Amino acid sequence: MTLMLERPTELPIPETTISEKKTGGLVIFAWSGDLDRVWPTLILAITAAAAGKPVTVFFTFWGLFPLVRNDRGITGQGWMQKMLAVMNRGGTANLKLSKMNFFGMGPAMMKTLAKSHKVASPQELLETAIDMGVKLIPCQMTMDLMGLTKADLIDGLQEPAGAATALEATEGATTLFI
Amino acid sequence: MTLTIARTLDCKGLSCPMPIVKTAQALRQLAAGELIEVLATDPGSVKDFAAWSKMTGNELVETGQEGVVLRFLLKKKG
Repeated sequence: MTLMLERPTELPIPETTISEKKTGGLVIFAWSGDLDRVWPTLILAITAAAAGKPVTVFFTFWGLFPLVRNDRGITGQGWMQKMLAVMNRGGTANLKLSKMNFFGMGPAMMKTLAKSHKVASPQELLETAIDMGVKLIPCQMTMDLMGLTKADLIDGLQEPAGAATALEATEGATTLFI
Repeated sequence: MTLTIARTLDCKGLSCPMPIVKTAQALRQLAAGELIEVLATDPGSVKDFAAWSKMTGNELVETGQEGVVLRFLLKKKG
């Protein structure tokens, strides 16, 4: 038996080529809630926005906690979510370092250093991002899992959404997972 | 042709990326073709303003330095 391999005479031409679809945008999946990761995430986001690029940051899992209001009380349902609210308060004021945390001494020293070098704080960067039109999307699933409602999060965010919404924004954009 | 500077923005002492970000924010209030003067001390901003100008199309008309103060003259994209 002979196997005939034939090339199709005409290759299908996609309706839109990749280059046409390229938005030059930036999409960051912010998974980490560590201070030393939240910082570059926000710096990259606002710098890209300053360069006129459409920017979306999808905050999922631990990454959601920088969006929690600093004055949030113990919220959630059941003892597990409440315990999580005690142990991981969230908010830009309570972020931990991934290294050299030393029970909060590390972040305190890092913030002092940043202040003396006039490096913008995560809180300032977050406010700037909102002002610059960066789309900050909280992950709905994480909110449900961790017992957070929209009232527990800061103002100026997009409607909570899921992975599909975040992935839709990646079309033609540069994506990062931090 | 005389160049009239529409606004001067003081970013002295600020670290990356704030000089760029504050410039982008200030440009919103300017009309196309207007000039903005930015003063900064972040040494990284020399490369950053050049890169930002390339990305946005806002022209970097002039880069200068006086002591530690860097001066950038930018023209809003027409």
